[in-house]
Amino acid sequence: MSESFRPNTLEQVAEAVTWAVAGKHSLQIAASGTKSTLGRDVEIANQLNLGAFRNISLYEPEELVISAGAATPLHKIEQALAKSNQQLAFEPAHLGRLLGAPTKRFGSDGGTLGGVIACNLAGPRRIRSGAARDHLLGFHAVSGRSEPFKSGGRVIKNVTGFDLSKLITGSFGTLAVMTEVSVRVLPTPEETRTVLVLGCRDEDGVRALTQALQSPYEVSGAAHLPSDVVVLSKISPIATAGGAVTAIRIEGPAPSVEVRCEAIRRLLAPFGAVEELSKKHSLAFWSEVRDVGFFVRDRERQIWKMSVPPTVGTAVAAALLSGTDGQCFYDWGGGLIWISLPSAPDARHELVRDAVAKSGGYATLIRAEPEVRARVPVFQPQPAPLAALTRRVKDGFDPARVLNPGRMYEGV
Amino acid sequence: MRMPEPDTDVIAGRVRIAKDLSAIVSGDGVIADEDELRVYESDGLTAYQQIPLIVVLPANTAQVSGVLRYCHENGIKVVPRGAGTSLSGGALPLADGIILGLGKFNRVLEVDFDNRCAVVQPGVTNLAITGAVSHRGFYYAPDPSSQIACTIGGNVAENAGGVHCLKYGLTTNNVLGVEMVLINGEVVRLGGKQLDSGGYDLLGVLTGSEGLLGVITEVTVRILRAPATARALLIGFQSASAAGQCVADVIGAGIIPGGMEMMDKPAIHAAENFVHAGYPLDVEALLIVELDGPEAEVTHLIESVEDIARKVGAVHLRVSQSEEERQTFWAGRKAAFGAMGRISPDYLCMDGTIPRHRMPEVLNGIAEMSERFGLRCANVFHAGDGNLHPLILYDANTPGELEKAEEFGGDILRLCVKVGGVLTGEHGVGVEKRDLMGEMFSEDDMKQQQRLKCAFDADGLLNPGKVYPTLHRCAELGRMHVHHGQLKFPDIPRF
Repeated sequence: MSESFRPNTLEQVAEAVTWAVAGKHSLQIAASGTKSTLGRDVEIANQLNLGAFRNISLYEPEELVISAGAATPLHKIEQALAKSNQQLAFEPAHLGRLLGAPTKRFGSDGGTLGGVIACNLAGPRRIRSGAARDHLLGFHAVSGRSEPFKSGGRVIKNVTGFDLSKLITGSFGTLAVMTEVSVRVLPTPEETRTVLVLGCRDEDGVRALTQALQSPYEVSGAAHLPSDVVVLSKISPIATAGGAVTAIRIEGPAPSVEVRCEAIRRLLAPFGAVEELSKKHSLAFWSEVRDVGFFVRDRERQIWKMSVPPTVGTAVAAALLSGTDGQCFYDWGGGLIWISLPSAPDARHELVRDAVAKSGGYATLIRAEPEVRARVPVFQPQPAPLAALTRRVKDGFDPARVLNPGRMYEGV
Repeated sequence: MRMPEPDTDVIAGRVRIAKDLSAIVSGDGVIADEDELRVYESDGLTAYQQIPLIVVLPANTAQVSGVLRYCHENGIKVVPRGAGTSLSGGALPLADGIILGLGKFNRVLEVDFDNRCAVVQPGVTNLAITGAVSHRGFYYAPDPSSQIACTIGGNVAENAGGVHCLKYGLTTNNVLGVEMVLINGEVVRLGGKQLDSGGYDLLGVLTGSEGLLGVITEVTVRILRAPATARALLIGFQSASAAGQCVADVIGAGIIPGGMEMMDKPAIHAAENFVHAGYPLDVEALLIVELDGPEAEVTHLIESVEDIARKVGAVHLRVSQSEEERQTFWAGRKAAFGAMGRISPDYLCMDGTIPRHRMPEVLNGIAEMSERFGLRCANVFHAGDGNLHPLILYDANTPGELEKAEEFGGDILRLCVKVGGVLTGEHGVGVEKRDLMGEMFSEDDMKQQQRLKCAFDADGLLNPGKVYPTLHRCAELGRMHVHHGQLKFPDIPRF
């Protein structure tokens, strides 16, 4: 018999975990379910749904902080912040559509704030403003020992005790059940524009991004789309560019954006024809990059996300794509590669791991059939001492292996 | 300050231990002479001293690994140390423990401008990183006030901040990777030159762990292109609450300044008398607001901040007209700690963080305490992020005054926690705030943090006596308490 708990209070969350520990049951920690296919495919009989923890309990724009239940929908957070011209600066990806989640039910493919944190998501602004890990200030949770605990606080600057906010971020629900989180927020830039360089080969595109990122013009987005990805864009000035597009986003006060766009155009003119996207198109384009919109449609394809030192990105991608009709594009100045490959039973994971081993970096199998995700390591395999340390950390939080067991690694 | 009871067997075996360690690090790497050991008796928190058992200065990762493995096998405690500038006693030695000094790890290994990072050894100073990359217009952003002396290894251990962290983040936001050695001698790499590394964010918890989890032997940091220009405003107010309103309105207007510092009247006077920065002496609170970035942006934002300051009643307002003048604005603030040394034999520097809008009541509270304890107190404040540095003036030669100052400091931090803040914003808990941890965390909160410690160092050999008032045994922390037959789970809503 499987259980589906939907607790309303912290005490009830603790009770559900106590039940799991006592009966050696495992619990799938969930809310909107937009990212339920992200991670290894493991059989978990029971669900602990946090759906009731969906309220904003504190929002103080001038203090740059928002606190909310872990299952507060991301779009609800974004709407609340927008009213005060603020945002989550790390620009979390809305991955529901890419992952093929039934998002209609939840009204958005962004999932919940807790989900964003559990997966440590970030968007194009990662290069400037960090990821979810850099913005979580504190949280309340119930451990796999069924003990409620808290860490951090609601202030931006805090070094009191171990920074468990970092540990919980990106732990995919395997350490504790978050119920309430406090996140740092920042002002939304007044103006946003994007400089496009057209027709660059991948290597030149990334070199152009590197020059832009080394300039003093404060670039907040740096992506390169080869021509076969450009045509998949829904933004007309991109889709009709007629070749590869290298995009540099400039944000800030209007007079500043004006001057910096001009400077970037001059700087990158030697790379090819230069154009500029309006604010409207700019916002839509970077959302598309953030949410990997180009690869949503072809559901049969497997998708890898690779975080590498930016200068090796194009070589890594070329090695993986060679001899396939796969596609890729680059974000984070070349340091993030999204790769879409025809489905293969092994998801070409050995090739991917080889490439990463040579270049340094980290690869995650973001989308693949359940049976592939059951067989192939979804996250980068760890060297023995690090794997042992990871298991000991799990022991400290969830010794009975009741919270999302196996979601990240076998036995964790 | 009560430290863990020293292990007399270890102390008795000092000569043998020194000999064993000499075999691992060879040459001048082991210090056992009492006069030479005295150099290490304190860190930046000089109120406490303890001669260490032995000082070991390894020269490479293999030696660090060998030393830690030896200490692990022989149950010897280890206190890691960088430059020893901790203000919270993080590197305070133990009578029965070795100091593991990383001073020989002083090389910049690689500067990689294309990937915008630098790989350095942990004993490289904070400022030396910027020194290694400034010829191409880059810098390393976190800038703790001890940056000329403090090392990057210590910065990672303490998650060091500085005046620019509202905009550019703390150490934790600027470190990409480390090589670290575990207490059993195993060497692990966390992160690298890439931005995301997946798995549990052990780099994130290592940062700020105050030497309790492992010993860092290499650090990869992000380097940034230095802002094209920076200008500062010096703004005086008749009340702290007007200054606080100005800060709130600046941020409310969507402006995140590179730095935003506040000083109260005693701090203004002490600093002005010391360095003659041209601070107005007839104001209750002074703000330094620095805007940095592209020229066009800075010019635009300076005007906006000026408008805001006038609207909330600024009585003094100057905008730096040259780089020299900007430096002068900062000179007083940067010399504030030194200025205290001129007007008082000793001072304690506190480090709480509060939600900014509670600042006026916290400052009032501090003023009341100052009267009650009969000790003067000046306040400098990283106003943008709510990090408050009250400087409590006392005389260590007056019997009982240190204790009184510490009690005063404890009361300030209790007030910080009470208004929704925290015990320490950037200096660390160390020994200084260890016994106040219970003000902020419940027993269960602290136990969960210590279970992380158990994953790294089950025998509690790394920097014991710091951060946590009681270090529970890992066997006890590991036990599960499950109450069979008393479950109320049938009441939990299902769907």
